[in-house]
Amino acid sequence: MQTTFPRLLLEHAAKRPTAPAMREKEYGIWQSIDWRGMADLTSHIAAGLHQLGLRRGEHLIVIGANRPRLYASMLAAQALGAVPVPLYQDAVAGECVFPITNTEVRFVVVEDQEQVDKMLEIRSQCPLLEHILYDDPRGLRNYDEPGLAGLQEVIAAGAVFVQQHPEFFKNEAEQARAEDVAAMFYTSGTTGNPKGVVHTHASLLDRAAAGARFDKLTESEEVLAYLPPAWIGQNIFSYAQWLACGYVVNCPESTATVTIDLKEIGPTYYFAPPRVFEGLLTNVTIRMEDAGALKRKLYSSFMEHAKKVGPALMDGKSIGAADRLLYALGNLMVYGPLRNTLGFSRVRVAYTAGEAIGPDLFTFYRSIGINLKQLYGSTETAVFVCLQPDHEVRADTVGVPIDGVEIKLADNGEILVKSPGLLKEYYKNEKATREVLTPDGWYHTSDAGFIDASGHLKIIDRVKDVGRIKGGANDGALFAPKYVENKLKFFPYIKEAVAYGDGRERVCVFINIDLEAVGNWAERRNLPYAGYTDLAGKPEVLQLIKGCVEQVNADLSRDALLAGSQIHRFLVLHKELDPDDGELTRTNKVRRGFIGEKYAVLVDALYGGKAEQFIETQVKFEDGRTGKVSATLKLLDVQTYANVKAAA
Amino acid sequence: MSKKKIGDVILDVNNISLRFGGVKALSDISFDVREHEIRAIIGPNGAGKSSMLNCINGVYKPQEGSITFRGQTFKHMNSRQVAELGVARTFQNLALFKGMSVIDNLMTGRNLRIKSNLLLQALRWGPAEREESEHREKVERIIDFLEIQAHRKTPVGQLPYGLQKRVDLGRALAMEPQVLLLDEPMAGMNVEEKQDMCRFVLDVNDEFGTTIVLIEHDMSVVMDISDRVVVLDYGKKIGDGVPDEVRANPDVISAYLGTSH
Repeated sequence: MQTTFPRLLLEHAAKRPTAPAMREKEYGIWQSIDWRGMADLTSHIAAGLHQLGLRRGEHLIVIGANRPRLYASMLAAQALGAVPVPLYQDAVAGECVFPITNTEVRFVVVEDQEQVDKMLEIRSQCPLLEHILYDDPRGLRNYDEPGLAGLQEVIAAGAVFVQQHPEFFKNEAEQARAEDVAAMFYTSGTTGNPKGVVHTHASLLDRAAAGARFDKLTESEEVLAYLPPAWIGQNIFSYAQWLACGYVVNCPESTATVTIDLKEIGPTYYFAPPRVFEGLLTNVTIRMEDAGALKRKLYSSFMEHAKKVGPALMDGKSIGAADRLLYALGNLMVYGPLRNTLGFSRVRVAYTAGEAIGPDLFTFYRSIGINLKQLYGSTETAVFVCLQPDHEVRADTVGVPIDGVEIKLADNGEILVKSPGLLKEYYKNEKATREVLTPDGWYHTSDAGFIDASGHLKIIDRVKDVGRIKGGANDGALFAPKYVENKLKFFPYIKEAVAYGDGRERVCVFINIDLEAVGNWAERRNLPYAGYTDLAGKPEVLQLIKGCVEQVNADLSRDALLAGSQIHRFLVLHKELDPDDGELTRTNKVRRGFIGEKYAVLVDALYGGKAEQFIETQVKFEDGRTGKVSATLKLLDVQTYANVKAAA
Repeated sequence: MSKKKIGDVILDVNNISLRFGGVKALSDISFDVREHEIRAIIGPNGAGKSSMLNCINGVYKPQEGSITFRGQTFKHMNSRQVAELGVARTFQNLALFKGMSVIDNLMTGRNLRIKSNLLLQALRWGPAEREESEHREKVERIIDFLEIQAHRKTPVGQLPYGLQKRVDLGRALAMEPQVLLLDEPMAGMNVEEKQDMCRFVLDVNDEFGTTIVLIEHDMSVVMDISDRVVVLDYGKKIGDGVPDEVRANPDVISAYLGTSH
């Protein structure tokens, strides 16, 4: 696509000025801004920022949830030739120092008092920072800091300027070219400082358009913007595609109200990471267990039928008339109301990505008529590399390469991608850029995978994590930790898992239980518990988890490639792994190396054959204070199974 | 932070005595409350704190004494009069309508300001509808202020205790009061919830300038947020002054630590 974000904004404002562009729920009702209003807001902010001194080529850091004025600030920056850089709103203050000093920003636009406090806290470490502009003035009444001002003031000043210079915004916006840098996203690396992924208008808009064509998106889509703007997926779904298609983006009231807002909006195009879908299913299951006998019977029998018929119906296969009729009845009585409760009544396309999704989970959603599909991509590829077409959806693949994408496999199984959506570079990091982008334009994804018989891509694991078992009965066997961890996480009782085994004789696993699912399980068995740590230590719970682990082993024993990755020992951690403690990235991916070091005593105990081990860990609370959590964990052995098929 | 401007005396309690048969709940209590200040009433259990609040609120009629509010003196107040004067209160054990949603509970706080009558509202007469929208907007601002958006439609009885207390506060705020009487707002809360409640109380005082009379047992809360403190013990006033004075007062110390009588 040879256009730019600001130009698209102006086009929509000219062609459909009164069509809704964005909605925000405030004071209990959805307030709309139309395209004309969005363009005016953006031009006022641009004029205001220009007056404060924001120049071409500078960066603008934006921290907050999805809010119309923060989006308008990003558009305004792009119009002025500056580069917006969104950061995670739940990052602790210290995590913001590197992006701010790395980009040498003088301006940050933040959502509210919480973010302002963070900026003030680290101000001494960021000497170049001059202006802190906030959207929501609540709580900031008595603040008196140099450079701190409300966006409202900036907009007011900008409006005056625009009145005096009516062509200002158009002139500035016209100067942007498709190959100019449009935005930057820091990837939460699992090691070292985050890397700034630089994208141009062309790369983001090309992928946005390709995705839109693939799913036939129109200007009447309704999308809920609830994931962090710092994540490129959110930017593609609610910013790039929003401008490419001209549909409506809805901003929920707060994180606490997302499920309510989802129901009210009824999005047509939706994305969520697998754990959100898991959480919703757990919720439904728990509530069904509390329902009356008739409802439970209805639910279970209709869900049986749905599993049989639903996915086939969605895939467009032919179904017998009787089955079809029964499915229609189920739709009226069960599936329809269920979709409605989940907020998915109008979903035409729903995507998930980021981790493997359990086959049962996948089937559940497709069987009740929700077109859930998987996709593959990353920050560096502007998301859309592979997508699953509507009638070829399976749980174990991530789709086919779409328009403009070429895929090739390296000798070590690494997936290489060529696409117009590739990053331009890593900001100020030539070395890292050269490591992933070869001169002939191939990007090294560092994911290992293969293309199956039907042309779909299957992901095994991160290339550097794929290891080998050393010594013992399975010497030389392939060990893919993520593969094992995902299989464990398919159980609703297991929230997170960390597997170790590379260079070792046996595979050992740390497990986090899911408090809601296991808590509910415990309550039904009249098992009292006093909190997460207590529940995680109960012998009954350990047996429950043991059962899950053994089932995974049985499953793995049937896999030709990965039978050697079966788990020998496991333990259940006394506390949930948390990004605030550095154990997970901000996108909730496990930092296996860091966890291995932090819990080294547990790893040693597992491999040393100990039956139990005391552990004390430091935890960081939300306000930055630290505390200690400790417990004596039991280490359990698990049954492994002989390989059903001999490993290759 | 800008310094708070505390105004003139807005509420004057003069020689109040309250008896229930032979029990002297309050004996000759006098103190004043200045505009925009946070006045705490503290004392051991049974000291008469809630009774004092109930007298100000018009629930109890004292046998002796009078209450002066903005220059108008009353021997007896009735609750409706008091509410109309702009005094709102919360309750120690909550007095919410458990079956109604949060938003409906908060809307009941607008009762005094709703002008259209029952019939017009039932018929959804134009002006009555418009009035409802205006009141709804005011209530939504309170919901936003107290951060309870996610529970708007939840029946209050299903909410956890801490949130119910917030709704109680919200209903009092819905009256847009000049004086807010808070009866043990932090009771039964953990540290985090207390901090949140303190923040709301301070914000109400700071943003709206509401005068606050606060009964509280948690000494750290009292010392931290109040401007002046009244200490009651067995129905008598034994201390009155700024928190530091009261903390050093030997009578107050002995009342809390206990001495043999």
